[in-house]
Amino acid sequence: MNKLRFFALLLAFAPALGLAAGGGPLESSGTDLSDRASLQRGAGLFMNYCSGCHALSLHRYSRIAEDLDLDPAVVEQNLIQGDANIGENINTGIAAGDGNAWFGKAPPDLSLTARARHGGPDWIYSYLKGFYVDETRPMGWNNTVFPGASMPHVLWEMQGIQRPVYEQGADGLPHVVKLEMVKPGRLDGKQYDQVARDISGFLQYVAEPAALKRESVGVWVVLFLAFFTFIAYLLKVEYWRDVH
Amino acid sequence: MANVIARSAESLIGWFNYRTPGLVPFYKKHMSEYYAPKNFNIWYIFGALSMLVLVNQIVTGIFLTMHYKPSAAEAFASVEYIMRDVEWGWLIRYMHSTGASLFFVVVYLHMFRGLIYGSYQKPRELVWVLGMMIFLVLMAEAFMGYVLPWGQMSYWGAQVIINLFGAIPVVGNGLTEWIRGDYLVADATLNRFFALHVIALPLVLLLLVVLHIGALHEVGSNNPDGVDIKKVKDKATGIPLDGIAFHPYHTVKDIFYAGGFLLLFAFIVFFAPTMGGWFLEWDNFIEADPLVTPSHIKPVWYFTPYYAMLRAIPDKLFGVIVMGGATLILFALPWLDRCKVKSIRYRPMLHKILIALFAIGFVILGWLGAQAGSDTQKLVAQVLTAYYFAFFLLMPFWSAMGQTKEVPERVTMHE
Repeated sequence: MNKLRFFALLLAFAPALGLAAGGGPLESSGTDLSDRASLQRGAGLFMNYCSGCHALSLHRYSRIAEDLDLDPAVVEQNLIQGDANIGENINTGIAAGDGNAWFGKAPPDLSLTARARHGGPDWIYSYLKGFYVDETRPMGWNNTVFPGASMPHVLWEMQGIQRPVYEQGADGLPHVVKLEMVKPGRLDGKQYDQVARDISGFLQYVAEPAALKRESVGVWVVLFLAFFTFIAYLLKVEYWRDVH
Repeated sequence: MANVIARSAESLIGWFNYRTPGLVPFYKKHMSEYYAPKNFNIWYIFGALSMLVLVNQIVTGIFLTMHYKPSAAEAFASVEYIMRDVEWGWLIRYMHSTGASLFFVVVYLHMFRGLIYGSYQKPRELVWVLGMMIFLVLMAEAFMGYVLPWGQMSYWGAQVIINLFGAIPVVGNGLTEWIRGDYLVADATLNRFFALHVIALPLVLLLLVVLHIGALHEVGSNNPDGVDIKKVKDKATGIPLDGIAFHPYHTVKDIFYAGGFLLLFAFIVFFAPTMGGWFLEWDNFIEADPLVTPSHIKPVWYFTPYYAMLRAIPDKLFGVIVMGGATLILFALPWLDRCKVKSIRYRPMLHKILIALFAIGFVILGWLGAQAGSDTQKLVAQVLTAYYFAFFLLMPFWSAMGQTKEVPERVTMHE
């Protein structure tokens, strides 16, 4: 039995090792994929504030309707911009050439950002909260999570304007240690956190739509296999009576 | 009524026996009258489990090829199409990706079992060599399969690994071009890797598995005591006293362990399919871009021990030789070990310590190979690489040293 315990221990440590590989000073986003209302708000916010520049080209509008319990008519009226059909992929955003010319770097497709960035939704959440004024940048904005980002703070009127507090680092260069709100936005801190959480959760869903049902299916599979293994164990014990 | 059914079944069996006289003897030889030691412990399940994973890979792989597009322009999006638009496509894909990693988990444990119980020793040298060939083909299969999703790590991993062949003097550059079919990893590379991954290598793999098991059943299985069970037979029946029929005894045992293994498998598939970036890596969710080199290129976890050895060596050609040698040296294991006893249970403490250090060192190398690599890490990797080779190259000496314990006549039953 000692050996079995050893394997169980190995298994228990595996996810911890994985987390260690992620790292970074990210805030926990607290997204919850079972919170449909949050994902729906996130879809609305994305279409209003993000889709002007960013696409979700691997995802279809119809999947949003189906997965987030939205009436297709509601999706057509409120989420689809332009004359796209509901069965089409979300090819919004600006042409790569224009993006390169205007921002220095074309706004990326965000279909898989929540899976490509270490930390996933936490990265997006922290990024959305990490904008600060920086006159040295072409757009006048910089970001604590993604220094040198080309994107201006499109949610500034909600969050407000933050200024950085610098401190001399070990390398002799100034580092941003915290951000101070110099001009409050339309929302208070808590409300803006929820906005950032809604968008992060929505992008987490878009990156892996299967995540909505994966775990609920998994519970049944694991229960079945546990039952199967138990029966198999009884069978084994019965047969091995001959051996012992 | 029962009589009618019994007679029909009997005549059907008779019909087949008359036409395929080898069928029943074959079944007896490999299943119902293959006598395997009764003292197998948990280390002895990984062979059966790797066959289970192989079947999983083949079946899920067939369904993936129905929707996957082996073209540089479409591959990445087609994988996401499987994840989103194909019914249960996400499940098939996660079963395949999880299976790939768990294949290496069970194969590494299977190989380690062979190491600690001396399963490669006479008369099982061929079983070991065939197993090593499976390991080599499996590595090629996994490497090419990893390129197919056409993410950034797929692309740049392929670039790095193929370029290793460029270190070979004179023919190196021509060879890398020949492998890629282009001047850089491109559509042609993806196409041929797809062909090799789904047809050529699986065929070779299946053939080798048949030979591996065939060779094993010729000489019989080793066991945790390293005792030859054929020495003590029942005088009347000629059946080894410590042997039990593979079917039904070992099959029911394997079914139980397979259930436990599938529990672990399902847990990963449904609750942690990326395993925190170890099974499916963050960077591979970004489409391959020949113009953007990722800051930190690394292979998937099951290649990282060898990758750490490659990086530990400052010289490229020597590094490639070390990396290749690290795998090839395993082939020689049956002839390097000069210990009188097979099992670690009866070996001197010195052997136990050296083997334990080897296992720990290999795991640390695996961790190091996944890191960006500081100077300290490089130094540790160099020390561990040296130990890895010393372990094998000096084995003819240390394996003959120390006082072995007496091996019993019969197996000790452990449960």
